[in-house]
Amino acid sequence: MGIDNIWVFSQEAGGEPTSATLELLTKARTLGGSVSAFVVGDGAAIASTLGEYGAAKVYSTGDLGGALPGAAGAGAMQAVIAGGDSPDLVMFPQSYEGRDVMSRLSVKLDRTLLTNNVDIAVDGDAVKVTTPVFGGETMVTTTFTGEGPFLAAFRPKSFEPEAGGAGAGEVVAASVPDLGASGAAKVTAVHVEESTGPKLDEAAVVVAGGRGLGESDKFEMVDQLAKMLGGAAGASRAIVDAGWVPYSMQVGQTGKVVKPNVYIAAGISGATQHMVGMKGSKHIIAINKDAEAPIFGVADLGIVGDVHKVMPKLIEALQAR
Amino acid sequence: MNVIVCVKQIPDPALPGELDPSTNTLKREGKLILDESDSYGVEMALQLVDTAGDGEVSLISMAPNGEVSGLRTALAMGAAKAVLVSDPELAGSDALTTAKVLAAAAQKLGDADLILAATESSDGYTGTVPEQMAEVLGMPSITFAKSVAVEGGVVKVARQTEAGYDEVECPTPAVVSVTAGVVEPRYPSFKGIMAAKSKPVEECTAADLGITPVGWGGANQQIVSVEQAPAREAGEVVEDEGEAHLKIVEFLEGLKVI
Repeated sequence: MGIDNIWVFSQEAGGEPTSATLELLTKARTLGGSVSAFVVGDGAAIASTLGEYGAAKVYSTGDLGGALPGAAGAGAMQAVIAGGDSPDLVMFPQSYEGRDVMSRLSVKLDRTLLTNNVDIAVDGDAVKVTTPVFGGETMVTTTFTGEGPFLAAFRPKSFEPEAGGAGAGEVVAASVPDLGASGAAKVTAVHVEESTGPKLDEAAVVVAGGRGLGESDKFEMVDQLAKMLGGAAGASRAIVDAGWVPYSMQVGQTGKVVKPNVYIAAGISGATQHMVGMKGSKHIIAINKDAEAPIFGVADLGIVGDVHKVMPKLIEALQAR
Repeated sequence: MNVIVCVKQIPDPALPGELDPSTNTLKREGKLILDESDSYGVEMALQLVDTAGDGEVSLISMAPNGEVSGLRTALAMGAAKAVLVSDPELAGSDALTTAKVLAAAAQKLGDADLILAATESSDGYTGTVPEQMAEVLGMPSITFAKSVAVEGGVVKVARQTEAGYDEVECPTPAVVSVTAGVVEPRYPSFKGIMAAKSKPVEECTAADLGITPVGWGGANQQIVSVEQAPAREAGEVVEDEGEAHLKIVEFLEGLKVI
């Protein structure tokens, strides 16, 4: 059989496919076989870009009318599979929606799923995925056994997106069947948090703060430095859990994976949970008063010092320029 | 109102993790503790039951070795009882099997208005079990909740999104996964700790719940290799004697960031 038919769960943001979607389409192209995009939403609007990155076919459920995508997306996928187009592999971005849809689909199809992957390889009928554990120190490669469809989710930034030059994907309607109670969750209002500057996972510079800042209002220094460098502010799990900053700012295993040109860690000790989210940064600068902090093991420039002294001086020096 | 909370007992995350060389899965021997991620769900459940003025909080958990110390912590916080699915045959189970087992445990408890879980555990972090449970149970689900309220048979949630948050609602019964940091988990009082010792913890096996344990054989996944990732080399480390910020300026200049 081989892996002849690959689906990529494709998402849209601001009228364009997300970069995580384009990454997966790019990678799917290299695995052989046909590639289809599955859009839980209006696929027609983004079919040309999806096609450019490798989707010959674009399944589209159309607008969900406020329903959460988990149950609706999995229901629509199952209906297409029951209709005869059964994928060998479905690739999902590791996003809120990607995880919800793949979870429901795994139950519907009674197939296992593997999340947190950063790489994939196809060898004949076998699909192998690789996931980092222990803060990225160890890479575990797992193969699916039994029958497909194989369901795998990938961390953002695992692959480089690259257009392949093909035309728009052919849009095929995929209707959402009646889901009964399981599809009853509805969005009643959308709140967009005001954010200026680049997105955390796309910024060229990320300045992140941790418990070493001492108290929540000291996070302003992190924000200020990020703005001055045209970057985004991030945070360790410790201060997100403490309620200083929202979850959307969390960098790490359970937050965002960032790979900026420069990552500045202020008052972050470097728990494995954090390191897995930022170790791929090109250049790392760390400021921490504990010379034994693990973050110094990955930093290109480590400053052993009090973040409350170093940061204000750094901000002042940059302002003076 | 009755709330069930899924809790996981995990090896202390402060200790370095290790893989069992014979199975290539995480070592889970020794003392297990309540996953901190789950303490938020327990706290939220206690608050919801308090607000409702009636009902109780029950716990469900799955562990290969009859471990209860993490459950006792949650009972000491105020949960009333627990069902522990403890079965050596469950070792090596995938997330799908875990979801089936927990769904069956929830059905055994019966009659819950709400099932709460963390968005993901701190040791395995697959992050799919709550939504899979909902599908097994045929229930609606709302993931990544920052706040939860229940009024007149409707669950209202502020759900974390990439751009901010959405207000989402669905009828009960429902499964909701909560993000960390949304409530301040209470510390168990001495009285709570003493009371927890006599609270009922019902142990059962997968077979008791009508689930065929799959363990290693049926997980439909197999680890084929474990390798050390290339280590990142540490660079220059300097002690701040008042001028270290200039090193950073110089470094950023060198990269043409400024």
